[in-house]
Amino acid sequence: MSTPIATPSDAPRFAPSRGRVSVSGAADESLPGEHLETKTVGQVTVVDPVMGARGVNVHYGTKHAIKDVNIDVAKNAVIAFIGPSGCGKSTFLRCLNRMNDTIEGAKVTGLITLDGRDIYERRQDVVQLRAQVGMVFQKPNPFPKSIYENVAYGPRIHGLAATRADLDEIVQTSLQKAGLWEEVKDRLDHPGTGLSGGQQQRLCIARAIAVDPEVILMDEPCSALDPIATAKIEDLIDELRQNYAIVIVTHNMQQAARVSQRTAYFHLGDLIEVGPTDQIFTNPRHKLTEDYITGRFG
Amino acid sequence: MTDATPVPVLTSREKVAATLKRRYRAELRFRAYGLSAVLIGIMCVVFLFWTIIQKGYTAFEQTYIQLDVAYSAEDLDPAGRRAPDDLQAANYQLPVRAALRAAFPDVQGRSELKKLYGLVSGAAEQTLRDRVLANPRLIGQRDSVWVLADDRVDMLAKGKIDRSLPESDRAIDDMELRLFDALKAGRHVEVRFNSPFFTSGDSREPEQAGVLGALVGTLLTLLVTLVISFPIGVAAAVYLEEFARRNRLTDLIEVNINNLAAVPSIVFGLLGLAMFIQFFGLPRSAPLVGGLVLSLMTLPTIIIASRSALKAVPPSIREAAFGMGASKVQTVMHHVLPLAMPGMLTGAIIGMARALGESAPLLMIGMVAFIVDVPKGLTDPATVLPVQIFLWATSPERAFVERTSGAIMVLLAFLLLMNAVAVFLRSRFERRW
Amino acid sequence: MQPSTIVIVILVLTALAYQVGRRRSLAAVGGRRGARNLHSLPGYYGLLTAAWCALPALAVLAVWHFAGERLILGSVLSQMPAEFHGLDAGQRGLLLNDIRNVVAGNIPASAARPAVQAAAIEWSRLEGISRLAGGIVALCAGLIGGLFVWRRINPELRARNSVERLVEVALILCSVIAILTTIGIVVSVLYEAVQFFRLVPVTDFLFGTKWSPQMAIRADQVGSSGAFGAVPLFAGTLLIAVIAMLIAIPVGLFSAIYLAEYADRRFRAVTKPLLEVLAGIPTVVYGFFAALTVGPLLRTVGESFGLTVASESALAAGLVMGVMIIPFVSSLADDMITAVPQSLRDGAYALGATRSETIRNVVLPAALPGIVGGVLLAVSRAIGETMIVVMAAGLSANLTANPFEAVTTVTVQIVTLLVGDSEFDSPKTLAAFALGLVLFLVTLALNIIALRVVRKYREQYD
Repeated sequence: MSTPIATPSDAPRFAPSRGRVSVSGAADESLPGEHLETKTVGQVTVVDPVMGARGVNVHYGTKHAIKDVNIDVAKNAVIAFIGPSGCGKSTFLRCLNRMNDTIEGAKVTGLITLDGRDIYERRQDVVQLRAQVGMVFQKPNPFPKSIYENVAYGPRIHGLAATRADLDEIVQTSLQKAGLWEEVKDRLDHPGTGLSGGQQQRLCIARAIAVDPEVILMDEPCSALDPIATAKIEDLIDELRQNYAIVIVTHNMQQAARVSQRTAYFHLGDLIEVGPTDQIFTNPRHKLTEDYITGRFG
Repeated sequence: MTDATPVPVLTSREKVAATLKRRYRAELRFRAYGLSAVLIGIMCVVFLFWTIIQKGYTAFEQTYIQLDVAYSAEDLDPAGRRAPDDLQAANYQLPVRAALRAAFPDVQGRSELKKLYGLVSGAAEQTLRDRVLANPRLIGQRDSVWVLADDRVDMLAKGKIDRSLPESDRAIDDMELRLFDALKAGRHVEVRFNSPFFTSGDSREPEQAGVLGALVGTLLTLLVTLVISFPIGVAAAVYLEEFARRNRLTDLIEVNINNLAAVPSIVFGLLGLAMFIQFFGLPRSAPLVGGLVLSLMTLPTIIIASRSALKAVPPSIREAAFGMGASKVQTVMHHVLPLAMPGMLTGAIIGMARALGESAPLLMIGMVAFIVDVPKGLTDPATVLPVQIFLWATSPERAFVERTSGAIMVLLAFLLLMNAVAVFLRSRFERRW
Repeated sequence: MQPSTIVIVILVLTALAYQVGRRRSLAAVGGRRGARNLHSLPGYYGLLTAAWCALPALAVLAVWHFAGERLILGSVLSQMPAEFHGLDAGQRGLLLNDIRNVVAGNIPASAARPAVQAAAIEWSRLEGISRLAGGIVALCAGLIGGLFVWRRINPELRARNSVERLVEVALILCSVIAILTTIGIVVSVLYEAVQFFRLVPVTDFLFGTKWSPQMAIRADQVGSSGAFGAVPLFAGTLLIAVIAMLIAIPVGLFSAIYLAEYADRRFRAVTKPLLEVLAGIPTVVYGFFAALTVGPLLRTVGESFGLTVASESALAAGLVMGVMIIPFVSSLADDMITAVPQSLRDGAYALGATRSETIRNVVLPAALPGIVGGVLLAVSRAIGETMIVVMAAGLSANLTANPFEAVTTVTVQIVTLLVGDSEFDSPKTLAAFALGLVLFLVTLALNIIALRVVRKYREQYD
């Protein structure tokens, strides 16, 4: 990892560099919820969560990838999953919209709820679930189609737009929300693959927004981008928080500090510690978290 | 919206839910298309094999008729010298016919007798000749001999002729049927394993036709193909993969290899005809020319397979050898080639299997001739198994249908064997780096 | 001396040269102990000497063989009686055939004309002399070559480098055979085709609608040039190829989709090899299947619907050819589908697309160029396929789009025109080469386009 070593003492450096991102208010936005007995240090529950995981285990064949994880996702807030490579944070993320279904041999047990309903329940429709829990991937993966078609694809398959005008509007607002509209409005018919990396990723975010989800999962969305593009995405994430719950997996601790209100630390499939971001970075309570934050490993 | 009633505002979730039923039906339909496509393919395989086996398994059996033969001395050896030359030249049709007449003394008249004689194959004479030559003392004695039945009788014995058809539509008429039944009732008819099918060459008479000539021809042709195409193919692959720098020449070679791999096989036949036979004056119908043509055809396959085998050898091996001060040729000969050899052999076997099934280019160079003798050398006229199948398939006699299917089964067995060897080689020597 | 004897003698000499070269290199440094002082291993000196011995000898032998035959031929012909001079090419060829046959003993000498007999004796005599002389010259060349290297052997001689250069040249020669084959095809087909177009104008051949090569042998035939109109053949080829692709594309594509995207591992492990069996079956087996099973079946089925189906119909050939091509299309499509990166699928799934929506809207469009390339290759194969159509499509050159009728194809006509003894000067034989030229060019064009499309597609996702 190229992450610079951060010690609790110099944590203030993780404080927002751009004024709009407010870390200090994080604790207020996700009030602690019910009490839950877990091995995880810190407050895993929140009041009125949009998603919740209870006793989640994931097996890949014989590999036990996620071990008994409990955590809530709060509305209108960003939660960051951090941890060393291979710790299971991406795996867990993919459980939240059942993307693991596409992987042969992956078995998920435990309870994951969206608005109080079990998403692994038989009656739960995976298509509908993914329309509510969108996802943005590590590498921008626009479809080899025009920019317009990329964004319009979701609304079209889900029947969200009755008329062409509706669809145009959805595309426009999604692109606007993703902060891409001004850059692409004159070339909506150009291929999405022709955009720059950062633009492609924002296109993917717009594509996710277009189906009007409740939660957006982001799997290291900036790892393939340069610093300027990364900054733009981070700003965007902060804005999107007004309307969506966002779960972001990141390798970059400064990024976690910049964009998230809560942070969860994963280690070898275990969820070690969850807490308000500023507390995790300034005053970690678990030894492993501290080691990671201070750069002992990872 | 022209609708007067206010449209209820649906949430996104409700809108999505509304589409689900339709979309899942589409999903099921799509999936069903896919599954049925796979099943259609498998059905084709099953149907093909079933037809061939059902038509052809009887080719491995052959009907024999028992004759009580009297080797009369005045017919066979009037000179009484018992000299092999005399016995060889004697007319063995006489004892065969006499035996048949003796078995059915009531049959009279020219056409009736002709039908009676037609029950046994022309090969019966050869059977008697062989027995007498092996044991001249048989002359003047009686002998009970099993001889080949005629192909129509063979079909009848195997139940391939429908007795309920009117006489005019049947290959065997009522009288022949009566004679056959009488023989059968006297236990003079037997269906046995058809060893002549594997020990004789082609014949105009279905009951005498065998695949040995074609098998030997195939073997000789494939031998030439292997000897020419494997070393050249490996050498070309080694050059392109290990030595060549990317330049116009190697680009050209590469384009050529890829194109030759997709040129119709019959075009190679034209090349063989014009080049090897017309220009170089090589003999027609010879395994040598067949092998040359098939070599040119198989070369791209072997080159492509060999190149991927070479590609699979990790560069670290080469670096290690270079690091020891080995030259390029030494590196390739000592390290890379031995590691790539199983892959190359697999490619060669697959190429050979394809050559084994090929017939179109061989038609062009005259390997389609009717050849009774088993070839003894690379320039003898010969045919190959697939072409033999083609020849039999286009013969009008009904009995050739089962022979054709039988030959196809032999061909498929060889293909299966070669592919099994290739699979075995691959699994045995495949290395993951 | 027989040619094989000479070759054996040369090989023995080569083996000797190897030993001699090796010994001399060791001797130059004072035995095995001094081998370290040699530039290369002793074996390389042996190999170099052997190569310089064998190559010149074999080269001389080959040149002698080809040149010698021409010389003998000229000499024999010039010594024949006057009436045999000034023959045209065809008659000369026949005469030479006669002489050759007498020489080879295929025709007893007593059966031949006296002049031919004399020529045959002369031929045998000259050939004997020529072989003996050739053998001696070849051996001398080998000896000189070997000696040349032998004299130069010293510890500084870079024998390994020289041998390796020879190896590399040999490797290059082997890979150039691919080019030579293509040139050979083009030259042999083009040469005969040009002869044909001297007799029949190109336009008549390409645009004529009447094909009856059998009748055009007689020079006084009314439409002797008009009988070589190849349009019915092109139409028949196209009709059968279209039927085949109508079977192969949907079945092949859908089974590829199912196996790549839906089937679980066990199902795939069983069905994929089973489907590939179809690709390994020799075409003559398909031909037999088409002619004896599918053809009669279609006839029966057609009759029950009140249709007249010819026993050799385009439909039967096309259907069976389609079955043959299924695994070809499906394995190519499978490659292309699996080459589509998983991230694209994930993108669609994450939006809530169903599997089939993902396949139809994302995977297939992304794989389309590759699939189109694969289909083009399949078309080229359908056009060039021979045995199925020879056995099941028929010979009548009907210009029809009715799949129940018999049609004929380019490949069928090539086979029927060339099987059997063929004279290389009749338009009938030459027509086959003209057809071959068309076939080669069309399939070449298809292949080049297809390979280019596929490669471009592969690069996109590399």
